[in-house]
Amino acid sequence: MKFMLIMRANDDAKTAYENMPFSEVIEKMGAYNESMINAGVLVAGDGLADDLSEAFVVDFAGETPIATDGPYGETHELFSGFWIIQVSSKEEAAEWASRAPLGAGSKLEVRRVTDMSDFEKFAETDALKAEAAWRAENGQE
Amino acid sequence: MADVKRTVDALWRIESARIVGTLARVTGDLGLAEDLAQEAVVDALAQWPESGIPQNPGAWLTAVAKRKAIDAWRRRDRLDDRYRALAHELDDSVAGADAWQPIGDDVLRLVFTACHPVLSREAQVALTLRVVGGLTTEEIARLFLVPVATVQQRITRAKKTLGAAKVPFEAPDPAEWRARLGSVLGVVYLVFTEGYAATSGDRWIRAELAEEALRLGRVLAALVPREPEVHGLVALMELQASRFGARVNASGEPILLADQDRTRWDHSQIARGIAVLARADGVGRGRGPYALQAAIAECHAIAPSVDGTDWARIVLLYEALGRIAPNPVVDLNRAVAVSMATGPASALAIVDRMVDDGSLRGSYLLPSVRGELLTRLGRRDEARSELATAAALAANTRERDVLLAKIAAL
Repeated sequence: MKFMLIMRANDDAKTAYENMPFSEVIEKMGAYNESMINAGVLVAGDGLADDLSEAFVVDFAGETPIATDGPYGETHELFSGFWIIQVSSKEEAAEWASRAPLGAGSKLEVRRVTDMSDFEKFAETDALKAEAAWRAENGQE
Repeated sequence: MADVKRTVDALWRIESARIVGTLARVTGDLGLAEDLAQEAVVDALAQWPESGIPQNPGAWLTAVAKRKAIDAWRRRDRLDDRYRALAHELDDSVAGADAWQPIGDDVLRLVFTACHPVLSREAQVALTLRVVGGLTTEEIARLFLVPVATVQQRITRAKKTLGAAKVPFEAPDPAEWRARLGSVLGVVYLVFTEGYAATSGDRWIRAELAEEALRLGRVLAALVPREPEVHGLVALMELQASRFGARVNASGEPILLADQDRTRWDHSQIARGIAVLARADGVGRGRGPYALQAAIAECHAIAPSVDGTDWARIVLLYEALGRIAPNPVVDLNRAVAVSMATGPASALAIVDRMVDDGSLRGSYLLPSVRGELLTRLGRRDEARSELATAAALAANTRERDVLLAKIAAL
């Protein structure tokens, strides 16, 4: 089974990172990634850019979706990166998550990634078939 | 208590290879190392519910196992250099939490020793899953649908055999490296293909076995990244596993590749498999049997349909595979690919040669393919006879039903 480890960081965490030597941050993250690679569990992972100048939010509240720069202000815990790991149990996912080199102000939200088996009973739905076809066409990178 | 057990099981998966590897290096005895590690796990299950899980559980388990090793030696009154050396190391580990340092090669030695040629394949599989994969004996038994006692016996015998054959806890010499690595890859792929052998009722077991094999493969790839066949094997497994969602229908009946709904293939996994195959190629030492098989799987994986498949390329790959790893099943698969690329007549010539050579005698595969080709050539009476022969030789009812259906469709 696959789990996604979702990093969320508030301003305390950002301040702490700014006060740490950059090489130390990179080294610790690198060691963590390497430990998961060496254990054969890392499937995917990426960080999201801290600089929000290229970020925007699409809001579906109204009839037409509206895009605004952001997320600013209201957001206390910014989604800043993720890993996807392949493990055999929730406990194993918890163990890996707890080893992440994160400090105060950071949280890891851990969620199971659904696969086709979760949708087995709905397999005939046109919408799901269409989604599957989209994934097929787009290689789902 | 149940939570602690699940946590310990999870920790064992993560830490077992390193712990057993380190202990095996220190004691020189894999069997003893595994016993000691198991005793430490028992202690953990007894103590952690009360004391809580330690900060560095891997180090805790290793230190406890080492202490037990020294106790065992003390009882045997072996006051020799090894005891003194162990006692010294133990003092270091008690002195500081991070004083215990495993050596990078420990896991590699562990892998090669668990897959040593003196052991039977079954023993290699059980021992590797136990000490490298960190599975419990119950998990191994469940995955292979054998009694727990059977797995325990296999592991016990394996340890005794290693002891009796005085197998050193070492990675192989350069002279033996290629053959020994091939053996390791064979063990991993056997775990993977056991998944294919499972019946429809066990499709989730099949998926779990595939995941275990993939994990072992990735661990190997990290240990020996300069070995292209290791990446080739991982690529092959990713690409084959990517089709699992489409291989079996709602009633649990198998669906042939040609008939599979390709939207049900795992396209993330296909992308991963393709990337790993590229990594194998990146080593720059060419493609071995696993990488070639992965390349064939890649041709299918990137094709939108049977007709849209690059069959000519598949033929080339099977030709190469047949030369470096001769195998009648490869020849037969090549014939099928030729029939798609060129037409049934050319393929029939290949199959007829195999019949004359007596290849695959007694198997339903050859008459099955020959019957299929004759059907496409419009030679219906001959096809019927050939498919009937195949049905009679079929290994199980599922295969026979498929063949009987083909006869009925004539």
